[in-house]
Amino acid sequence: MRTTGIQELLKSRSLLFCDGAWGTIFQSAGLKPGEIAELWNRDHRKKVLEVAHSYVDLGVDMIETNSFRGNGIALAGIGLEIDAAELNRLAAEISREAAGDKCLVLGSVGPTGKILMMGDVSENEMYDAFAVQVQAIEQGGADAICFETMSALDEAELAVKAAVENTNLEIICTFTFTKTVGGDYKTVMGVTPAQMAEKMLSAGASIIGTNCGNGMETMIPIVKAFRDFDSNIPLLVQPNAGIPKIENGKTVFPETPDEMASHVPGLIDAGVSIIGGCCGTTPDHITAIMNNSGRRE
Amino acid sequence: MADLNKLNESIISGDLDTSVQITKEALAERTDPQEIIQKYMIPAMDVIGGKFERNEVFVPELLMAARAMKGSLELIKPFLAERGIEPRGRVVIGTVKGDLHDIGKNLVASMLEGSGFEVENLGVDVPSDKIVAVVQSKEVDIVALSALLTTTMPSMKDVIEALKDAGVRDKVKVIVGGPAVTQEFCDQIGADGYSENANGAVGLVRKLLTA
Ligand code: B12
Ligand SMILES: [Zn+2]
Repeated sequence: MRTTGIQELLKSRSLLFCDGAWGTIFQSAGLKPGEIAELWNRDHRKKVLEVAHSYVDLGVDMIETNSFRGNGIALAGIGLEIDAAELNRLAAEISREAAGDKCLVLGSVGPTGKILMMGDVSENEMYDAFAVQVQAIEQGGADAICFETMSALDEAELAVKAAVENTNLEIICTFTFTKTVGGDYKTVMGVTPAQMAEKMLSAGASIIGTNCGNGMETMIPIVKAFRDFDSNIPLLVQPNAGIPKIENGKTVFPETPDEMASHVPGLIDAGVSIIGGCCGTTPDHITAIMNNSGRRE
Repeated sequence: MADLNKLNESIISGDLDTSVQITKEALAERTDPQEIIQKYMIPAMDVIGGKFERNEVFVPELLMAARAMKGSLELIKPFLAERGIEPRGRVVIGTVKGDLHDIGKNLVASMLEGSGFEVENLGVDVPSDKIVAVVQSKEVDIVALSALLTTTMPSMKDVIEALKDAGVRDKVKVIVGGPAVTQEFCDQIGADGYSENANGAVGLVRKLLTA
């Protein structure tokens, strides 16, 4: 298991902060529904840089990169046959430029959108696509890779392996869990936090956790489930600003910065190590979260 | 004798090899293909669909069941044609532009096929003009649209507008579905019908075609 920047920071501080969503801000900056945010790394570098700065300026410990859908298979899935490596390298360069040495840069990597058991792509193809993406992110100057919004163990395992074998970066992996009828939390593929933790740690991730799919409050039982499995491993949690609703044909994330922040003490008690935000969160949400953590150095 | 209850079980458990094998046996014994579908296959998809809704199984199990269903259905289709059973209607189905969710739409497609409709499956991320082109060039009774993202639901309206612009809106009935789609949304965008699941989709299409 690799340890570098984040683990170093966690030796002196028990709680770190990560950035919030970028997409929501891109939308107010003119990103159209269906438009691919990752293309902005090439076409609207300045705007991407601005978003990165808006989080660096808050004094967070780490920001992500605009590369969530930058996997070659994911891009091909939305009809884009372009140089995936270039988009990812640019994403990392932009975040690095904004971060300087003020904070760490986590290269965001989302799922391919393919399910291995369907046989549309092979394990080798999937591994290669992740390898291209993580190498480009390393070249662009990131400090860590953050695989996120994962739900399938086999895909995430290949992804983590690709990062272990092709980069020297610290590896984070987060899955998206939803509450089942039975009351416990599983991914849509049926994976529990404990199953995920076991597989990802043995594959080589050194930080695990959960993002998306839930607001702040429902992240608490998920963190507890992780802590029942392992009391020490660093845990990253990035909740949405609540569950999206449609209002007048538009997607809205209902939780205000204060509402989200009100559940931060509960999340800290449950044992979170790093808090950030996913869909619908803004610099205001992250500010409120940091202000209500009571443990900020 | 082919053990048709085992066919039902093999679809529920997603055992493609067994479902295909029993289907072959049953067809060799000249079992009525429609009976195989209606009595054994569709009820199997109901069972697995219910288990999915109750979180007793998850996406992998659902996909395996759908695959077993499809494997059997492929074998049965030529026999339906051979018996001179005319399709009950022609359906074009697809997941709208920007949306890559395949599973629910494929279930709807399989159930409609299993119920005797001819189905052309355009896949996912289907642009409006592609749907318009199919409606213009072929005999089509129903356009079935699926959307799973709140951000892609408006694309359903785009398809309806595109059909209007092309002057073919009245040629077809448009039905819509997906977990966030509601009857209210259906009415708002001017679609002809909504159903919350694949079984309901079959009833809906029947109703629209006899109306
Ligand atoms: C599997 C899945 C995926 C897979 C899809 C794989 C594939 N090949 O299909 C992958 C991983 C690729 C994926 C990607 C994404 N997904 Co997704 N996904 C799901 C998931 C888990 C299951 C969907 C499913 O297959 N359900 C099973 C089928 C059988 O149900 P169904 O689709 O509802 O269909 C039934 C009915 O709705 C109806 N029906 C469906 N279509 C039609 C059509 C007609 C005409 C009729 C009558 C009826 C009908 O009948 C079907 C059978 O009964 C859902 C969550 C969930 N548990 O539902 C999220 C979910 C739909 N995804 C979601 C999101 C946000 C995404 C991503 C944006 C994630 C991301 N950040 O990358 C991407 C988007 C990619 C894209 N551009 O489309 C959100 C949508 C939120 C929203 N309301 O907008 C959900 C709800 C998860 C969540 N809770 O946040 N996803
Ligand atoms: Zn999210």
